[in-house]
Parts: sequence; C-alpha cells; structure tokens
Amino acid sequence: MNFLRRNDLIMLIFGIALFALLQGLISAGAISSFWQLNLLLIGINVIMSVSLNLINGYTGQFSLGHAGFMAVGAYVGVVLTTNFHLPLIVALLAGAAGAGALGFLIGLPTLRLRGDYLAIATLGLGEIIRIVIMNIQYVGGAAGFKGIPHLTTFAWVFFVMLFTLFFIKNFVNSSHGRACIAIRENEIAAEAMGVNTTKYKVMAFTIGAAFAGVAGGLFAHSFYLISPASFTFMASFNYLIMVVLGGLGSITGSIAGAFVVTFISAALANWPEFRMIIYALALILLMFYRPQGLFGYMEITNAKIFDKILKRGRE
Amino acid sequence: MNFKKKAWKLASLAIGTMLMGSMLAGCGDQAASSDEIVIGSNFELTGNQANYGNACNEGLKLAIKEANDAGGINGKKIKLVEADTKSEAAESVNSATKLISDDKVKVIVGPAVTANVIAESQVATDNKVPVIAPAATNPDVTVENGTVKPFIFRSCFIDPQQGTVMATFAAKDLNAKTAVMYIDSSSDYSKSLGKVFKETFEAAGGKVVMEEAFLAKDQDFKAALTKLKTANADVMFVPAYYEEVGKIVKQARELGITATILGTDGWDDPKVIDIAGADALNNTYFSTHYFEQDEEAKPFIEAYKKEYNKNPNVFAALGYDAGKMLIDALKRAGADDPEALRKAIEGIKDLQVGTAKVTVDKNHNPIKGAVILETRNGERMMKTKIAPEQ
Amino acid sequence: MDFTHLLVQQLINGVSLGSIYALIALGYTMIYGIIKLINFAHGDIYMVGAYIGFFAITQAGMSIVPALLVSMVVTGLLGMVVEKLAYKPLRHAPRISILITAIGVSFFLEYTSMYFVTPTPRTFPAVIDNISFNLGSFVINGQQLMILGITVLLMAILTFIVQKTKTGKAMRAASFDTETAQLMGIDSDRIISLTFCIGSALAAAAGVLVGIYYNTIDPLMGIMPGLKAFVAAVLGGIGILPGAVAGGIILGIIEALVSGFLSSTFRDAAAFAILILVLLVKPSGLFGKNTREKV
Repeated sequence: MNFLRRNDLIMLIFGIALFALLQGLISAGAISSFWQLNLLLIGINVIMSVSLNLINGYTGQFSLGHAGFMAVGAYVGVVLTTNFHLPLIVALLAGAAGAGALGFLIGLPTLRLRGDYLAIATLGLGEIIRIVIMNIQYVGGAAGFKGIPHLTTFAWVFFVMLFTLFFIKNFVNSSHGRACIAIRENEIAAEAMGVNTTKYKVMAFTIGAAFAGVAGGLFAHSFYLISPASFTFMASFNYLIMVVLGGLGSITGSIAGAFVVTFISAALANWPEFRMIIYALALILLMFYRPQGLFGYMEITNAKIFDKILKRGRE
Repeated sequence: MNFKKKAWKLASLAIGTMLMGSMLAGCGDQAASSDEIVIGSNFELTGNQANYGNACNEGLKLAIKEANDAGGINGKKIKLVEADTKSEAAESVNSATKLISDDKVKVIVGPAVTANVIAESQVATDNKVPVIAPAATNPDVTVENGTVKPFIFRSCFIDPQQGTVMATFAAKDLNAKTAVMYIDSSSDYSKSLGKVFKETFEAAGGKVVMEEAFLAKDQDFKAALTKLKTANADVMFVPAYYEEVGKIVKQARELGITATILGTDGWDDPKVIDIAGADALNNTYFSTHYFEQDEEAKPFIEAYKKEYNKNPNVFAALGYDAGKMLIDALKRAGADDPEALRKAIEGIKDLQVGTAKVTVDKNHNPIKGAVILETRNGERMMKTKIAPEQ
Repeated sequence: MDFTHLLVQQLINGVSLGSIYALIALGYTMIYGIIKLINFAHGDIYMVGAYIGFFAITQAGMSIVPALLVSMVVTGLLGMVVEKLAYKPLRHAPRISILITAIGVSFFLEYTSMYFVTPTPRTFPAVIDNISFNLGSFVINGQQLMILGITVLLMAILTFIVQKTKTGKAMRAASFDTETAQLMGIDSDRIISLTFCIGSALAAAAGVLVGIYYNTIDPLMGIMPGLKAFVAAVLGGIGILPGAVAGGIILGIIEALVSGFLSSTFRDAAAFAILILVLLVKPSGLFGKNTREKV
C-alpha cells in the first residue's frame, strides 16, 4: 500500500511537471491557439476514453452511448453557468451528478442485456438522450445553446484529467475494480464466486457516465455554442475507437488512443478532402497489425520504467 | 510474425512521419510571402451539410479565380486556404482557430449553416478577423443582444425579410385564409422563417392551422404529410433546403395534397425539379435572391457553367457574392489592418455582385431585393420582384 | 378524415417505410448470423450499390433490370473484397477490433465515394413509372408495393437457400460453430465469403430500389438506414431472416404512428425506446430463442 502511494506521488509530480512545461509553452506563445484548442480536446477526450474504458474495457460491458452522458453534463453545465451565472466547478459537479444519476437509472435495467444487445440498447439510449435535448426549447433545441462563456482553460482540463486518471486507476486497483475485471473475464464464474454482478456493473456504468458528464461540461465551455449534433452516435463511435485503439483495459492505452485520434484529426486539417479517408485507412491498418490495441492490457507505470532502468543498469 | 512486426513498424513510421510533416507544413504556411493576401474559407466540406458548404466554396473559388486572373488585388494575388467544419458547431470553432492562428488568414468566408457561423463568430471577433457568411440568414448571426457584432457580415438577406415576403404573398396575392407549416426542426433557418411567416400571415388575417416538424436528412415524410393533409389548408409553407424539399413536394403530391406549396431560398437548386418531378411542382412558389434569366445574373451563371460544367444553385451564388464583396473591400482597404478592412466591408455601396447590386446596411446585412419564382411544367418563371427595403 | 381512416393510412405508410428497412436488414442479419459482426459498413455498401445502379443507368444507358443485376454483382464482389481484406485477417482477433475495422471500412467507403462523386446528391432517373392507387380515399404507391413484394420474395428465396440447400446447411453450420464446421469438411472461409457476397448484393438491390423510390442518392445516405436496419435485425432477433423482415416492418409502423399521432421529432426516440423495452422482456429479440449461457 505504501508503495502504491509513493507510486501515485511520483506520477503526480510527473503530471505537474508536464503541466508546467505545456503551460509554459502556451504562455510563451510557442503553441498556436489552434494547437492549444486541440490540447484541450485531447484532455477532454482522455477523460471520455478512460471513463468509457472503465465500462467497456475493465467491466466488459459493451456501451455505445457514451456521448449521451457527455451531452447531459454539457447541457446541465451550460445552463448553470450561462443562465444562473454559477462558477465552472459547480457546473462540472452538477453535470457529473446529472450524468451519473442518469447512468444509474439507465444502467439498472439495461445492464441485464449482454454483448451486442447491450450495445444497441446503449446506442439507442444515447440517441434518446440527444433527441430529448433536441426537443427542449429552453436549451435551444436542435439549433444549439448559444452564448456560452469560454471558461475552460488548459489548467482546468489538465487537472480534471489528472483527477480522473487517479480516480479510475485507484478504482480499478481496488476490490471493486477487481470485481469488475472478474465480471469481464467470466460473468457466471464471478457470480458463482459471490460477486454481486449487477451492483458492480451498475457501479462502473455510473462512474463512467459521471466522468463523461464532467468531460461534457469542459467541452461545452470551450466552444461558445453546443448543439445536439455534437453528441450523435458517431461521437460515441469516436470515443470507442480511442479506447479500442489504445487497448481495452489499459489506462495508458486510453490516453494514447485519445491522443492519437485527436492528433491525427487535427494534423490532417490541412487536407480536408482526404482527412477522413486517411483516418479510415489508419484505423483499418492499426486494427490489422494491433488488433488488441496499441497497449493491449499493458500499463506503463513508473514502477515498470524504474525496473527497466534498473535492469539496464545491471546489464 | 517477424514480417508482421516489421510491417507494423514501417506503417507506424510512415504515419508518424506524415503527421509530423503536416505539423511542420502547417508552420511553413505561416510565412506567407508579402505579395499574397491569405484568406480563409471555412466550410462544411465533410459531414451532413457537405453539399451546401461545397457549393458555397465553389462559388467563392470562382470569384477569387476571376480576381486573380484580372491581376489580383492591387498587384497581390489572393491565396485561399480551405478548412473543414465537419458540419459541426464545435468543429467550426476549431477549424476557424486553425485558419486564424496557423494559416494567418486576414479574413474568413463561411461557414454556410447558421449555427456554425454563430459558433465561429466569437473566435473571429476576439482575433479581429472579419467574417463574411454567405448563406446564414438568421438575424442572430450579425447581431447579438441588440448590438452589431463588429466583424461579422453576410452576403444574403435575412429570415424576417423572406418570411414576411412569403406570408404577404400568401395572404394578398393568393388570397389564402389557412396555412399549414412543415418545418425542419434541426435548423435555425427553418424555425425562424416559420415563426416570421406565422406572425405575418396571422397579422394579415390568415390562420396557421397546423404545424409539423421533420429533421434534415429524413427520407420519408409521408406520415407527417398524411396528418397535414387532414387540415385541408389553402397553402403549405415549407421553409427548408432543397434535398428535403424535393422529396416533400413529391410525396405530398403522391398523397393527394393539392394545396399551393410555398418555400424559401433553400429551394433554389435545379435539382428540386429533378427530384420532385415537373408535375408535382406545379402550383408552387418560392422566394429567392435572383432569377436565373435576369440580365444582372447572366455573367455569373455563364462563368460558373464554364468553370464547373453545371448550373449554380443558390449556395454557389451566395458564395460567389461573398467573394465579390470581399474583393471589393480588399481593393479599397488592403488586408493589413483588420479595422480598416472591417470598415471597408461596412462601406460597400451599390456593388455589383453575381446576383444583384448590394449595399451593406447598419446591421451588416446586404440590402438586396428578393424575387418570387413560380415553377410551372418544370420551368421557373418570375412571379413578383420585390424591391430592396431601404 | 376520421381517426380510423387516418390510422389505416398511417399503417400503409408505415408498412411501406418498413419494407425498405426490412430489405436492408435482410443482408445485415445474414452477415451477423454467420460471423457475429455488427457490420457498420453495411449501410455504406448499400450506398455504393445505389451509385453503381445509378451509373449503370445514366452512363451505360441500361434499363432497370440489367442495372439492378450489374449493381448486385459488382457490389457482391465488393462485399467479398471487403471481407477478404478487412475482416478475414481479424477472424481470431477480439470481436471489438473487427467492429472498429467495420467502422473504418464505413468511413472509407463514405469518404472515398464523396471524393469521387462529390457530396452533391444525384437524382435517380425515373426508370419505373410511379402509379399511385387510390382505394377509396387511401393512397398506395405502386413502387412501394413493388419494394414490399421484392422484400418478401427475397426473404422467401433466402430462407429456402438457408434451410433447404447444401450451401445453406453449411452456412448454418458455420454460423453455429465455425471451427467445428471446418473440421467437418466445410470450407468456412468460402461460406463466409459467400454470405458477404449475398448480403452485399441484397444491400445493393435495396440501394437501387430506394434510389428509384426516393429519387436521390448521396454518399452519406447509408448511415441512418444502416442503423435502422440494425435495429430492425435486433428487434426481430439477430440472424433470423423472417425476424429481420418483421422487425423492419414493425419499426416502420412505429415511426409512422409516432410521426402521425405524436411528433416526428420523437420518431427515432420512440423507435429506440420500443426496441429497448422489447429487449428487456425478450433479450434475444422477438423471434429469437432464449438460450441460457452455459459455463
């Protein structure tokens, strides 16, 4: 346990150093505002993919409706900041609570379904959430919610992302997380071993949804206007792609997946007509050569890095 | 396995190199030579709205090509950098930011769809980059809470004007007493036109008896049309884009709806006739910006046909108009001082663009006339010409 | 029109819309049945089929029947190529990786088509006269009857192939257990390839017919119908041919009734809600057999 804490601390220091470096580059004007915006997007996508990974990768429940929860967090957040002038932190927490509560309510009945049936049910639920939002005139309906203050800064995204990573990493390594992994490996065996499968499936789903809500809040306050069109099932696919590309069941993988997908999309912005074709080919090729994702189940932890350095020292 | 690993490494190396290259290329673009004026086009090139964005972009490219062929702006060539909004509001902020920060454009034309322009306008204002939106007809595009956004302009008329024109036409010229509306609830354009039409039509003594909604990209409209048929109204108002309009008119006639169908400038594409069929389009009217047989519009239509080998639609025409307005302003103010360029766009007066003569008003809207066209046996005819409001 | 009258007309609208979903769902369910892959690219194969039909008619000047056959053959081959290049190498990979590949194939087909044929919608030439029948005050469209007829016919033919022929038996065996089927001397790869060919050809037929019926085609036309067809297939029980047709028609009727009596904007939400309710009561779809998972 002691070791784990030290491990966390080293990671935290590393994180803060990375933040200082990037923030320094931003302040010095070395990163153009386009790439700054994409840094925000990378951070938000990391939160989305890590939280989806908890559901899909660690618990093995095939969810295709993650963008719906993001939408809930986004809309709850913007109503609070724009119409009630509350600070961003309140908006994020309320968004998390809203999305988490909805995740709980939805998860309870639907998580009895398995495999592809669960996939289509969650896809449907994500679409239902979006369509309901689209029909609420108070939040602008299909045309979108306008005049959102630009509150998301790099610091916000980075530290919320760091918090998400620590939370999910520790959850996965806790006894709850072990129960989730047991469900992924074999649900019937897990049940036979006394794991309350419904409880842990719903728990993972709720936590994942709540973090998607937080990501939604950050996303909404970066772009002045949000519309239901940003939260279609295509967006859910995009987050799923990040998770699978990085490796189901690997937090490092989710970070890498979110980074690669966002980066490819931004870097190809100069060739709009070929962007999607190249993206599609990259996706097919990556799956061809790394069907288990970039990282598979592997994690890069500083413990491993130290091991490697030590080993190299000995050789 | 060994081969696989090698191939994998090669592939990742190739992709990595390409991406890095793209980043560097992006940096290289920054140093635009001094004999060029860099302007950005930010349109819906992929995604659901790609056909509208691409049409606008084609019109704009034609205007710029003509200007460059004629010697450019005071000796400087115009360089156009294209960006893609992916048909999404958040992404259009992203692509506009790229144009401004990485490509260092002096002015942006686009996007086509209202919501995307509104999303983009804050970034453009913050960075003092003027925007001309070709086809965003919603009043909120250039005005926010009663104040005019200093850097945002458009090259089309606004919804209230068009909605009023059609409602008055229905009440006065067609003597309609009752109307039904079929609105695209996914677009601001359609919704605000519906609102204006209803207000004006009811003020003129008519009554809107039923309203139904559809969503862009729908294919089958028969269920809602069956319902609208029961209202037995004199006219049906369908403010929408041409893809859906063609199908709506076709299916409405198949279901036996004989009422006059009214529309707006979103109808203005030769494809509507192909999709709906000539017979179905009898007894329909729509308002738009110009009539293809107008003397004024001929040079543009000829040039467009020569360049792209097809007839322009309204989006292409408005993209061309936006290009013409921009070129005029650049000629007078140059591109170095955004404040001067902004003032030059504000000062556009009696400028001959592709479809009409325009003057920019205090709300940054061009003062333009409108026409109402009738389609009869597959041919469009001028029904009424409405002089610009001064 | 009184209420019953309206209801009947909406049912007619619903069945005709549903028959289109059913037609696409047939191919979807066949492919799903054999390799358990949610083939997200199916909707795009349908789009490609529509474009091939379109060019066969407008550029090569064919009439409808040869154009339909050309489109089915070419698209069937395309389906085989896609399976060979993109899915076959991943036969033993985690299923979710194949799903991501399917999404990749879908993007690839959409955007290469968009590059070559531009995003502007094309108008399909009116190759079949459209006759509307007026039965009393009900309106039934001739093309719709034709689509419904073709759907039922194809369903019957496919059911016959799957149930009664040797190839069909091989298909069922491969679907049940690919490895064991292989051991029993069935060339599973060939059977899977064949299934993709048939499924894609069906999608092409649907693409051409829908192109004729709605008059327009565009590169992104496959996304929503693809999703709806998947919903239809799940509703009826994945892998079951009559289930796909029933699912499609039920879906069409739900959409028509919701649009007609509530609001069109809630149409898709209602369709999904009913799908979820059905799944909660019958987790393997309306026609599916409930099997307990064994350890």
